Amino acid sequence: MTPTSAAIEARDLTKTYKDVRALDGLGFSVEAGTVFGLLGPNGAGKSTTVKILTTLTRPDSGQASVAGVDVLASPDRVRLAIGLVAQRSGVDLEGTGRENLTLQGQVYGLRGAELRTRVGELLERFGLAEAADRVARGYSGGMQRRLDIAMGLIHRPRVLFLDEPTTGLDPEVRADMWAEIAHLSGSEGLTILLTTHYLEEADRLAGRLAIVDHGRIVAEGTPNELKGELRGDAIQVELNDPQPDGQAHAALDRVPGVWEVTIEGRSLRARTDDGSAAVPAVLQALEAGGVRVASVTIARPSLDDVYLRHTGRSFRRTEEPV
Amino acid sequence: MSATLTHSWFMTTRHLRNLARQPWWIAITLVQPIIWLLLFGAVFKATADIPGFAADSYVDFLTPGIVVMTAAFAGGWAGMGVIEDLNRGVIDRFLVSPVRRPALITGRLVQLAIVSLIQSLIVIGLGLLVGAHFPGGVAGLAVLIACSALLGGSLGALSNGMALLARKEETVIAASNFVLLPLTFLSSAFMQRDLVPGWIQTVARYNPVEWTVQAGREALTASPDWGLVLSRAGLLAALCVACTWLATRAFRAYQQSI
Repeated sequence: MTPTSAAIEARDLTKTYKDVRALDGLGFSVEAGTVFGLLGPNGAGKSTTVKILTTLTRPDSGQASVAGVDVLASPDRVRLAIGLVAQRSGVDLEGTGRENLTLQGQVYGLRGAELRTRVGELLERFGLAEAADRVARGYSGGMQRRLDIAMGLIHRPRVLFLDEPTTGLDPEVRADMWAEIAHLSGSEGLTILLTTHYLEEADRLAGRLAIVDHGRIVAEGTPNELKGELRGDAIQVELNDPQPDGQAHAALDRVPGVWEVTIEGRSLRARTDDGSAAVPAVLQALEAGGVRVASVTIARPSLDDVYLRHTGRSFRRTEEPV
Repeated sequence: MSATLTHSWFMTTRHLRNLARQPWWIAITLVQPIIWLLLFGAVFKATADIPGFAADSYVDFLTPGIVVMTAAFAGGWAGMGVIEDLNRGVIDRFLVSPVRRPALITGRLVQLAIVSLIQSLIVIGLGLLVGAHFPGGVAGLAVLIACSALLGGSLGALSNGMALLARKEETVIAASNFVLLPLTFLSSAFMQRDLVPGWIQTVARYNPVEWTVQAGREALTASPDWGLVLSRAGLLAALCVACTWLATRAFRAYQQSI
């Protein structure tokens, strides 16, 4: 793969587990010093992408480079340049925070006073100084996560991978973590690849993001670009009864200035140039079609709408257990 | 090579430290071989009266057997630690770091050898206390302990490798249970070789537990046949290297499967 100035470059990645196609020609590029978000539901292929880019596993085909180094040809050199905060943690719960960080530093070749200083610095920086000599098993979820990030940073990597960094955390802890990640992204020219299935997280943290669905990138851009692709407002109508026979759909097809009508269960969505002007006509058309309405909301385009548009499914619905 | 050694030592330190924090584990690890020695010693005491049984007392004969058995069992169960690290993501974290792959195995094996040394000393000490005699002296005991460590290392490496491939506690438990006791009883750990059925003698020839028992017992006699000792120790060393290599290869299979 030819070297590029991009911090991360992935091309045509494919990977199949038994019968499941996890990646199906996925590719994207991340500029150095930026935060790039991979957004998608569980099973979309985000974690597999991270595993390939961090040298943990290999793709069936395709190419990738990280920090200008070919991931497949020189995994050893890639490992020196990257830090990983994996979904499944990686903290040794029987060790203290300090011991975890020290071992991690030793593995990257830090020794003696330099190592001690760096460990102390990170413990301080991530609010773990007081708990430094306690066994990590007793840490709260947020503390373990912060230790994870500190371990990922010990060798001052150029590219940091954050695989679902806030999954399973309490809302307040999540907000703290967002502040922490936002702070990281401003420092030392660090490039961050963030995977998440929280729209809000991607919207807040990522300078650019790609929507992943079934192992492919279906849309890519800045959050605003992606939202800007959607002309006008979104109208969301909650119906009293599910609409399996397309009655509601047919009713709205006759309303001028309303398009992209989708119905999932009791939830109807449509797009229009001017939401408040279209609502009376929409309600009238539904009533005339014999469809009873529970509530109506108008919203500016959100990433959820972007997701819906590109995958044909509502994001929240995707997240619900089947 | 030197990086592999350094990394192995970092890993060994981590494993020893984690063990030291589990008082119950330490208690059980130290008490279990004592129970085996006393229990087997009592149950099979009359063995020494069998015509043709060479040793003066059964405890003379049994003590090396228990040392070997303890090392074999510790090795066989070693994979459980790998499963725990896999489940917590610790192994994945190391695999994306520059850590040398063999060190992830050898670090565990060195820890195993250190624990096995302590257990061996306890068993031998207790054996002496209840009246065992070892004419081979300190040199003989050193051979016994070293060969046991090689056996424990071989089985430990296999157990680690299997844990990486199976990734399930149940599989490691089932395999250890299935293999360890038969391996121990298909050797002369508890019974003089020429007093067991012919087919067991034949099978035992290919059993690493038997190689260890042979080398240890021979080295503990008044005038050991060092040729026999060295040949068995050589087999064990080769086996240990081969198993460690296999276990290191298992990382590749693991990484391909995730």
